[in-house]
Amino acid sequence: MPTSDNTDFTAMPDERGHFGRYGGMFVSETLMEPLEELRRAYEKYMVDDQFLAELYADLQDYVGRPSPIYHAERWSRELGGAQLYLKREDLNHTGAHKVNNTIGQALLAKRMGKTRIIAETGAGQHGVATATVAARLGLECVVYMGSVDVARQEANVYRMRLLGAKVVPVESGSKTLKDALNEAMRDWVTNIDNTFYIIGTVAGPHPYPAMVRDFQAVIGREARAQMAQKLNRLPDALVACVGGGSNAIGLFYPFLNDPDVAIYGVEAAGDGLETGRHAAPLCAGKPGVLHGNRTYLMEDADGQIIETHSISAGLDYPGVGPEHAWLRDTGRAQYVAVTDDEALAAFHILTRTEGIIPALESSHALAYAAKLAPTMEKDQIILINLSGRGDKDMHTVAAKEGIEI
Amino acid sequence: MSRIAQRFSQLKAQGRTALIPFVTAGDPNPEVTVPLMHAMVEAGADLIELGVPFSDPMADGPVIQRASERALGHHVRLRDVLDMVKAFRDKDADTPVILMGYLNPLEIMGYETFAKAASEAGVDGVLTVDLPPEEASELRTALRPAKLDPIFLLSPTSTAERIQRICDAASGFVYYVSVKGITGAASLDTDAVSAKLKEIRQSTDLPIGVGFGIKDAASAKAVGAMADAVIVGSALVNRVEEHANEPERIAPAVSELLSGMRAALDE
Repeated sequence: MPTSDNTDFTAMPDERGHFGRYGGMFVSETLMEPLEELRRAYEKYMVDDQFLAELYADLQDYVGRPSPIYHAERWSRELGGAQLYLKREDLNHTGAHKVNNTIGQALLAKRMGKTRIIAETGAGQHGVATATVAARLGLECVVYMGSVDVARQEANVYRMRLLGAKVVPVESGSKTLKDALNEAMRDWVTNIDNTFYIIGTVAGPHPYPAMVRDFQAVIGREARAQMAQKLNRLPDALVACVGGGSNAIGLFYPFLNDPDVAIYGVEAAGDGLETGRHAAPLCAGKPGVLHGNRTYLMEDADGQIIETHSISAGLDYPGVGPEHAWLRDTGRAQYVAVTDDEALAAFHILTRTEGIIPALESSHALAYAAKLAPTMEKDQIILINLSGRGDKDMHTVAAKEGIEI
Repeated sequence: MSRIAQRFSQLKAQGRTALIPFVTAGDPNPEVTVPLMHAMVEAGADLIELGVPFSDPMADGPVIQRASERALGHHVRLRDVLDMVKAFRDKDADTPVILMGYLNPLEIMGYETFAKAASEAGVDGVLTVDLPPEEASELRTALRPAKLDPIFLLSPTSTAERIQRICDAASGFVYYVSVKGITGAASLDTDAVSAKLKEIRQSTDLPIGVGFGIKDAASAKAVGAMADAVIVGSALVNRVEEHANEPERIAPAVSELLSGMRAALDE
């Protein structure tokens, strides 16, 4: 391992939200005090027994946690190498890991006396997870979604509306996730007195990257305990897909100080890194500042943010969480990318060999694991975060085969 | 004394309030900008804020975002904006020019390269909307030897402690954002602005400019009565947009609005 045993990789960020040179608070002045207020509330309640008891009760009874880990035996046998285990976040209520975070932030919003919730969404998973908890807590909910995404994710738009959320199509810029985030920030700065902004990933200004990580770290804590209980050992490698990177950091974080556990984050190579049509800032981008934090970005030579491409709307984002940027530079985690076609192939293989239909986002992690497994021994273990289920992707996959549903 | 400080001290001696128009460089096309800057000075502008186009202007409303999109449609880069300032300086050596924009284009150019190039082009101040003083020490270090004033924002949500820290980090003037929101949004509440300006003045002797929500001569006059400078952006950019397809009408339309404000401020 490139890491020394005495580095504490869990000690980040610093008090101003820096992960090494990444992260921070790059926002206009109006948002600085509201972010401070949020940081104070988050620090207070993350050590508040009553808050945590409520959070864990919801994670158990409403989300259905703990999510199992599942040994994909048939797939492992076919690959002929390491044993593949899946952390089944796809079995959560609403179908993905996103709800772990929205439950936490919504409880925080209530504690802070906020009555209105806003969120950005790309594929709609975070929007649905936000609308879901807002419905349950009786909070007003507005979700910003790029108009391009509104058109390609109709079913999720309808789900959000059924749940009582107002979905606002965003017409500016590239009309996708990054523009939805801009628009949500604009709403927040205008309505800060009564509004809580639930960011769906480990990006944005401090304290969001740390806070969302802490809400998602339940994934890795459970997985660690489950591995110990089932197999009396830790996995040899972790694999998770990285868009903004919340499911990945959720799995990775509790293992960062285990030097024998290799960590792989898988970005979307889209049509291929060499084509420029991808969403892989850690593999092929440069550091810069966007959406409140310094991180790796997809940008041109003048610092303008460029359009990204991935078959998976949830990975179609030009930035990435600052903690991943830091883990990349320190070498504690390795970041790789798989193409749309490789992800689709993995989607079909898992569906056929294990009877589990994965989200296209998670299929990127599966595709990389399928490359990794044959290079490892049969008694080694790869733990993959199956971050979501593929129901939402039926139309995309069918369209690839020329079928319209 | 910097060109900005000099301009404010002249105005103070004359008992006048500064009028600071904002337009986005390269909107609706790069040829419009330099003549428009001269026309604005003619119409009564004391300083000029020139917007650097950015793909993701998170703190701006739709009007200024569309201005950025029009400029980026012509591939207007930070270097092109500096060239415009340089061209403006050929005929105007006195009017201070402040670049206003987002951090990433500066970050990619490199702070020192940017500071040197901006200073050579004749830029006087730099306002980076998404750069609070907590994150600004590197940029400030680069701006200092180039004699560029770092301009910072203050807002209705700034606490007393923050106001002090920001005023200590700023030079030239400070920019008070009069409303919670984005550019071109709500109307301002003059009583609330007045109270906050009193608070800010306890922390600094720097001139205070007020922007956001100034749309016409009446609002300019109301704000001008309590501020050292009135900053007007979206209302002007609206006029640019209205005439985007007939660029020869842009300067007259912008000048008309500005000179009305100038007259109201000088009444």
